[in-house]
Amino acid sequence: MKGFYALLAAVALIGGGAIWYGSRNAPGPAAPAAPVAGAALPVVTSDGFKGFTLGADSAPIEVTEYSDFECPFCASFATVQMPVIREQLIATGKVRWRYRDFPLPSHQYSRYAALAAQCAGEQGKFWEMHDQLFTNHQWAQTGKNPRSLFRDFAKAVGLDLDKYDACMDGQRYAGRIQASVQEGEALAVGGTPTFFVNGKRFDGHPTSDAFKSLVDGLTKQTKPRK
Amino acid sequence: MRRRQTMVVLALAGLLVATYLWLYKIGVIGVLQCGTGGCEAVQASRYAELLGVPVAFVGVAGYAALLGVGLVGVQPAFAADRRVTLLLAALATVGFAFALYLTAIELFVLHAMCRWCVVSAAIITAIWVLALDGLRHAPAAPNR
Repeated sequence: MKGFYALLAAVALIGGGAIWYGSRNAPGPAAPAAPVAGAALPVVTSDGFKGFTLGADSAPIEVTEYSDFECPFCASFATVQMPVIREQLIATGKVRWRYRDFPLPSHQYSRYAALAAQCAGEQGKFWEMHDQLFTNHQWAQTGKNPRSLFRDFAKAVGLDLDKYDACMDGQRYAGRIQASVQEGEALAVGGTPTFFVNGKRFDGHPTSDAFKSLVDGLTKQTKPRK
Repeated sequence: MRRRQTMVVLALAGLLVATYLWLYKIGVIGVLQCGTGGCEAVQASRYAELLGVPVAFVGVAGYAALLGVGLVGVQPAFAADRRVTLLLAALATVGFAFALYLTAIELFVLHAMCRWCVVSAAIITAIWVLALDGLRHAPAAPNR
């Protein structure tokens, strides 16, 4: 009987110690972790989807953005620069903006956030969810499971929650996100945000002013001579 | 007696695994050590909660109950008590059925496997087998 209690104490001690050690090193968003759908992705094939767009199809210039919802620079760009770009370049018909997912493996919940945005996109609310995820970016700093928060975002943008839940649980667009990552890697995207303007990599500092002057320059070049 | 002792050790191991998952769920542990990458998908899904209660906490409660009953059952005064055998078998059966349901959700709905959930499922399966074996070898209830 003594041996039994000794074994019990040993299991409790080792297991409890391991849990204590795990909780001591966390929470922290910088801790390395597997992405949400990581190695367990059910599909990696693309459905040919090339990203959600903003702006007129007839716009002469297309900007493709490879972005990660958990990336702080992407959030800063989306909340500070993007509103000006939307107003001055997209709403005026000069630019069509294309968003591509590039969740970085070092970010714990970026793939899950990308899934949430794709599931919102399924109901025609991708950009609304995009804005929610970037505007309320505190979730990316806490390291806590954002499932409930993302569901609140889904509710706030008016999604049908049953459809949203089914989409998230089934990881319906995991393959699409993975395909976007692979396409980004093929274009040598290494960090986020990375931009391509009419297919050419934009290496400047991504500000609304920089995009405006680049777009103005390109528009002048492409205007037909009278 | 040896059977019950094994069940108690297994219940303690299950309690530790469930506690680990629960602490992660409530944000005390930030990152799960999960080689498959499926833990996040499983823990972040809506199936990780049952009527608002984290499934991991249901596991904590279940294993704690098994541990408590098991510890009573290894005391000499209760060693031959049929009620303990029945209670252990009932708890283990509910736990095993719940683990089956969760594993099916992982396999067929989420298409992601959480390594720690698999460990827990293996533990409760072993407890269930031992509990059934205990039931088979339990002395018959006295005739009144």
